[in-house]
Formats: sequence, structure tokens, C-alpha cells
Amino acid sequence: MSLAFTYALIGVGLFTMGLYALIVHAHLLRKILALNIMGSGVFMILVALAKRSGDVPDPVPHAMVITGIVVAVSATALALTLMLKLNATSGRATLVDDRQD
Amino acid sequence: MHETLSQIPWALVLILLPLVTGMLAFLWPRLAIPLGLMTAAMQILAVIGLGWQIHSTNDAAYHHAVGGWGAPLGIVLYADGLSLLMLTVTALVGLGVSIYSVEYFQREQALRFWPIWLFLLAALNALFLTADIFNLYVTLELLGLAAVTLTALAGSKAALDGAMRYLLATLLGSLCYLLGVALLYHSYGTVDISTLAERVEATPAVWAALGLMGAGLILKTALFPLHFWLPPAHASAPAPVSAILSALVIKAAFYILLRLWLTIFSPLNESAATLLGLLGGAAVLWGSLQALRQTRLKLLIAYSTVAQIGYLFLAFPLAAAAALSTWNAVAYLALSHALAKAALFLAAGNLLCFGGHDRIADFDRVVRRLPITAAALALAGVSIIGLPPSGGFIGKWLLLETALGQGRWDLVIVMLLGGLLAAAYVFKVLGHSFTEADVMHEAGAVPKIMEWSALLLAIAAVVLGFLAVPVLDWFGLGEVVGIRAVSS
Repeated sequence: MSLAFTYALIGVGLFTMGLYALIVHAHLLRKILALNIMGSGVFMILVALAKRSGDVPDPVPHAMVITGIVVAVSATALALTLMLKLNATSGRATLVDDRQD
Repeated sequence: MHETLSQIPWALVLILLPLVTGMLAFLWPRLAIPLGLMTAAMQILAVIGLGWQIHSTNDAAYHHAVGGWGAPLGIVLYADGLSLLMLTVTALVGLGVSIYSVEYFQREQALRFWPIWLFLLAALNALFLTADIFNLYVTLELLGLAAVTLTALAGSKAALDGAMRYLLATLLGSLCYLLGVALLYHSYGTVDISTLAERVEATPAVWAALGLMGAGLILKTALFPLHFWLPPAHASAPAPVSAILSALVIKAAFYILLRLWLTIFSPLNESAATLLGLLGGAAVLWGSLQALRQTRLKLLIAYSTVAQIGYLFLAFPLAAAAALSTWNAVAYLALSHALAKAALFLAAGNLLCFGGHDRIADFDRVVRRLPITAAALALAGVSIIGLPPSGGFIGKWLLLETALGQGRWDLVIVMLLGGLLAAAYVFKVLGHSFTEADVMHEAGAVPKIMEWSALLLAIAAVVLGFLAVPVLDWFGLGEVVGIRAVSS
């Protein structure tokens, strides 16, 4: 098993762990972190698979990852702002459970 | 004059104009309303110009290499009948919603609404004009972030909660989609849709990509059972925003799914189509039943969206045998649903303004006191149910005819039941708007512009029913489907 493939597998592992945490945890900060970890997993897969043959890696996935990081930063900023606003209006940082209302 | 008009790259105008006016509206809030209206009107012209350019090409598709850089390195804008359809929907609904929003938003909210709405338009147009799967990801994220921000605009606890749910769902969907892009790029070394369509085979990696991208996009389209985020977000947003979300934003994710389905994933169609059809059928029944149970108008309309999205997915199992008539039906359903649903949400906004609530049972003689809004509700309802002569009727009739032709009685029954349930929930609303409520209330003033823009959208949805042949000719989906047959 090549090193690149190992990294890609770790990426898949990060994606799965993030997905699990996103579903299981109620606190919004944990959900946002989980999404970030899922994103890192995807980026890692992209970068690892960029090694095709020989020593020169394919630059296109690197460009994709840079774009992806920009998107992830903006999305995280928006998510954190929303979380703070929600915390300020409802006094807690979790989603309101419909079943309790 | 004629020459110069055909030389203008309308596709670029469609992306750059809302982007630039959005920034200007952010910098000079006083100019926001004229800028927004100007952009919405210009969009109609640009779509007509682009449609004309598409028709004057040989292969019925428009290509534009941005900055003169071609496919593998640069970004290519691409438009065919399917793109044209979605751009037309966006331009029409965009104009109606923009006119409505002039009166709807008060000073403080208007400052925030206009720039984000224009950015959302730019993202939508760019999404419909892109030709590679990675740019689709970027535009999808831009669209999602703008849509979430608009949802949160009201600032209430319910709105923030709905927006947060929406954000988590949309980010999860995008990440699944991006992982699919990574797999496809690794397997075939390109992100260009037409090149991918030529190279793709039914390998495990492509199956995994279909699963991931399909799941991500279904989540964003709010297909049953992944619709959980939609009702809270669409019901708690301001009325024009709900209209935008229901009519345009979820259609964008559906468009990507359809586009990939017709090109990249065509070798895998058969087995996945059954699943999509099954989910679509479940969505029609579940969404309609939930809509019928709701006591608040906006929630009812939001669940109706879940049901109507289901119809679009019923087409997938039918398309293998009769591609053209099925996709024509989907085009008509998407177009008329966008117009009718936007009209419904705008009318609901009027009722909220008027009575200060949207509890269906407490509507107090709406028909007498807000006749234009009541007419908008009724006409849009006619199209949602699928009664002749509305656009919704044509779409459902085409789909029903195809299903009957193939002996798919299960789908026929689902469609007919969906229609009956839709009639039940539309008449539930209309019935209460004729009667007096137990508690009388004073009427709030509703600006005439808000009433008329809702009515005009509803009329457009009905008028579509009379124009089926020219409209379908203009989009020319046969070319889109035909191109697939050659490449697969």
C-alpha cells in the first residue's frame, strides 16, 4: 500500500469521524468543528490523490483545496456568528428540539 | 444594432451584473432599491439575449471561454436548453420577488437584504452557466451561504434556529458533493462535464461518487427523507426569502443532479433511477399529508414544497424509455412550481402583514378585504394542484401520460393521490379565507405593489398552461437529451 493511499484512507477516516460527531453531538460548536474535520478529510483525500505517477504532483487538486479552504473559512465564520446570535437570543448553543415544544 | 446586441456576452452579464450591483448596494445602501430593480429587469433581457444566442448556434449550446482560456486550464461558461430553462425561472421569479421586496423590507432589514439577494442571484446564474463539477461546488457553496444569511434576516429565535439547521445541512451536502468530485477527478483526471461524460464507466469509484454526490444534492433539494431542515428554515424566513428559497435555491441543487444524471452518471442510470423514483413517491405522499396537518400557512406551503419536489424525482424511473417527454414534463413542473410557489409565499407574506399572524383558522374575511391576494392564493393553488389550464397541469399531465404509456400504475396512483391531497390543502386555506374568524381583528395595511406582484406571479404560472408548445420549443430540451444519447 503506497503512502499516498494511506493518507487518502486517513482522509476517509476523518470524514467518517466528522460525520459521526456532527450527528451525535448537540452542542453547535461541536457540530461546526465536526464539519471542519469532515472538510479536512476531503482536503486530505484531494491532496493525497494528487500524487499520480513520478515525483511531480498534479497541481489541480492543490488549487481545489485552496479554494475549498477559502470556502470553509467563510462558512465557519458564518456558522460561528449564527451560533453566537442564537446563543444571545435563546440563551443556549444547541438547536431547539421540536419534540419539547 | 442587431449585430452589436448579438455580440454582447450575455452569459457574463448574467453573472457580473448582480455581483457588481450587489457590491454597490452594500457600499451605497441608498442606491440599493434602484440597483436591485435595474438588475432584475436587466436579467430578463440578458436571458432573452442568451436564448437567442443559443438558438443561433449549430449545436444549440453556447460556449464562452472566460478570458480566452479554454477547457482544461481556464473556466468555460456553457449554456444549453436546460441552463436556459433555469435562468428563465430565476429571472422571472427574481423580478417578481424584487418588486415585492421594495415595500416589504423596512429600513434596517432592507440594508441587509438587497446586497445578499443580488449576490444570491449572481451565484444562481453562475451555477446554471458552469461547465465543470468543481465550479458547481463553488457556486453551490456561494448559493448556500447567501441563502442561509437571508434566512436569518428576521433575527428572531425561530429564524436563527431555522438558519442554523439549514447551514449545517447545506454544508454537509456540499462536503459530500466535494468528496464525489475528488473521486471523479482522481479516476478521470478532469472536472469538465462533457469530457467526464465521454470517459466515465461503471466502476466502483464512479458508483461511490454517484452515491456521495447524489446524497449531498438530495439533502440540498430536500427530497424525503432528507427534508428535515426545510420546513423550519422556509417557514421562519421573511416572505420574499421563503419564496426565493422554495422557488429557486432548492431547484439549483436539483438542476445539478439532473445535469450530472444526463451526462456523467448516464451509464449507472437504471439501478439508481428506481431508488430516486421511490423516494420521490414517498415525498409526494408524506409532504402532502404533512401539509394537510399544518395549522400555520407558511408551514403548509413549506411542506407543499417537499411534496412538489417529489414529483420532479418521479421522472427519473420514467426517463429511460421516454426521455424527451419526461424531461419536458420536469421542465414544466419546475417552471410552474417556481412561479406558483413564489406567488404563494408572497401572498402568505401579505396575509402576515394584514393580520399579524399566519394561523389558517384565524383568517378573517380575507377574500373581501384583500381580494387581490386571495386571487393570487387561488390561482397559484390551481397550478400547485395541477388543474387545467395551469402550467402545473401541463407538467403533471405530461408526466402522467408517460407513466400510463409505460404501464407504471404505481406512479400514476401516487401522482393522482398527490393531486387530491394538494387540492385538500389548498381548499383548506381558501375556505378559511372566505369565512369570518372567531376573533375579529383590525386589518393592517398591505401595500398594493406587494399584492400585485404576488398576483402577477400566480397569473404567470397559470398562463404557462396556454403556452406549452412555444415554451417547450424555446427551451429545446430535445437537444440536451439528444447530446446525451450521442455521448453515452
